Amino acid sequence: MKFKDYYQTLDLKKDASQDEIKRAYRKLARKLHPDVNKSHDAEEKFKELGEAYEVLQDPEKRAAYDKFGSNWQAGQDFEPPPNWDAGFEFSGGGFTQADASQFSDFFESLFGKNSGASHARPGYHPHAAFHARGQDVHAKIVITLEDSYLGTQKTITLSRPVIDQNGHVGTSPHTITLSIPKGIIEGQQIRLEGQGGHGTGQAGNGDLFLEIAFAPHRIFTMEKRDIHLSLPVTPWEAALGATVSVPTLGGTVELKIPHGSQTGKKLRLKGRGLSSSTQSGHQYVTLAIITPEPVTDAQKKIYEQMAQLMPTNPRNGLGV
Amino acid sequence: MTNTILPCTVLDETTTYTLYQCCTLCRVNAQMIHEMIDEGVITPIGDNPRNWCFEATQIKRIQITLRLQQDLRVNLPGAALALDLLEELAALQGLIPNKYPSREKD
Repeated sequence: MKFKDYYQTLDLKKDASQDEIKRAYRKLARKLHPDVNKSHDAEEKFKELGEAYEVLQDPEKRAAYDKFGSNWQAGQDFEPPPNWDAGFEFSGGGFTQADASQFSDFFESLFGKNSGASHARPGYHPHAAFHARGQDVHAKIVITLEDSYLGTQKTITLSRPVIDQNGHVGTSPHTITLSIPKGIIEGQQIRLEGQGGHGTGQAGNGDLFLEIAFAPHRIFTMEKRDIHLSLPVTPWEAALGATVSVPTLGGTVELKIPHGSQTGKKLRLKGRGLSSSTQSGHQYVTLAIITPEPVTDAQKKIYEQMAQLMPTNPRNGLGV
Repeated sequence: MTNTILPCTVLDETTTYTLYQCCTLCRVNAQMIHEMIDEGVITPIGDNPRNWCFEATQIKRIQITLRLQQDLRVNLPGAALALDLLEELAALQGLIPNKYPSREKD
């Protein structure tokens, strides 16, 4: 078990006032909240932040934690000395609304677990004490654009909250296989009924909500169901028109480029986006003219001939 | 451990829920749903509360609103604003070309 420096987590000095702790927590909570911050470790950091605040906002827990002094460094191997908490009274009480089942072993070794009693969100139905529906579990699942284009199957392992016979909340690994339908788009949720936390008594399990996220693609970007690609073309392909090969999520297709095309011209490949059974997505190809660098004298001469034969001022629109 | 494929529902615009189903799924009371409708967080289908139904995409908006309220103490108008901004941000981020260095050799 590693020592956790809660002051470091909140970016505070050890003599910070309770008001400073509250302000630092609120500022970082807004920054790291998983609904706001899309980085892959936001959820983990938000949990660490909640754990640090759980300890430091409570003067009793903070005093006990401070007893360790400044000898410990974050990440150092740590075992609490026996009877270290003599003289402090906080066990079983003083928990905030944070979900203590998410706290680290380090936290548990010092302060124990809370009773597992659920704190209701505002407007939530109160549950009967002995028949509580299991917690809903929210997780993110990262798939590729190709997975969505074709539909796929995924097997994932998640931590599922469980309540033991003593009412303690813990987690257990839960492996599931699900079919991801063709045409699912980023941000959409998949609900798996009864695959969340176990219920107690006769109440049912909670649900599992999986949010779809796409792994960054090497060449494509997306906008809801539509796929975008920047397609490099030569000046003569753009000027004279050509049929060129274009990658799509479903393989290579031939695209006819009309003569007289310019950089930025957008062409549509119908139905080549993330189409579902009821809605179509398309692929949009934006042309980007690549000018070959003239190296030999003969190549330079061709450009000079073009300048003579096709005098053009592309900056007319700029008034120069 | 099993490899059985579990049944699932994609919460997209093709699935709709009644007010009661919404309340059960999100574990909120009808009053909270009414307040979210008044604030523009979610939009019901149907002109009368008795026949209201909700596209399943609204479930995520309800859930995020509840989390923002609980975790960040944001009030309902603030959560509505944050939701709109988050959606706009996600749409813009989708359009940013991949910045990862190419592994292909020139």
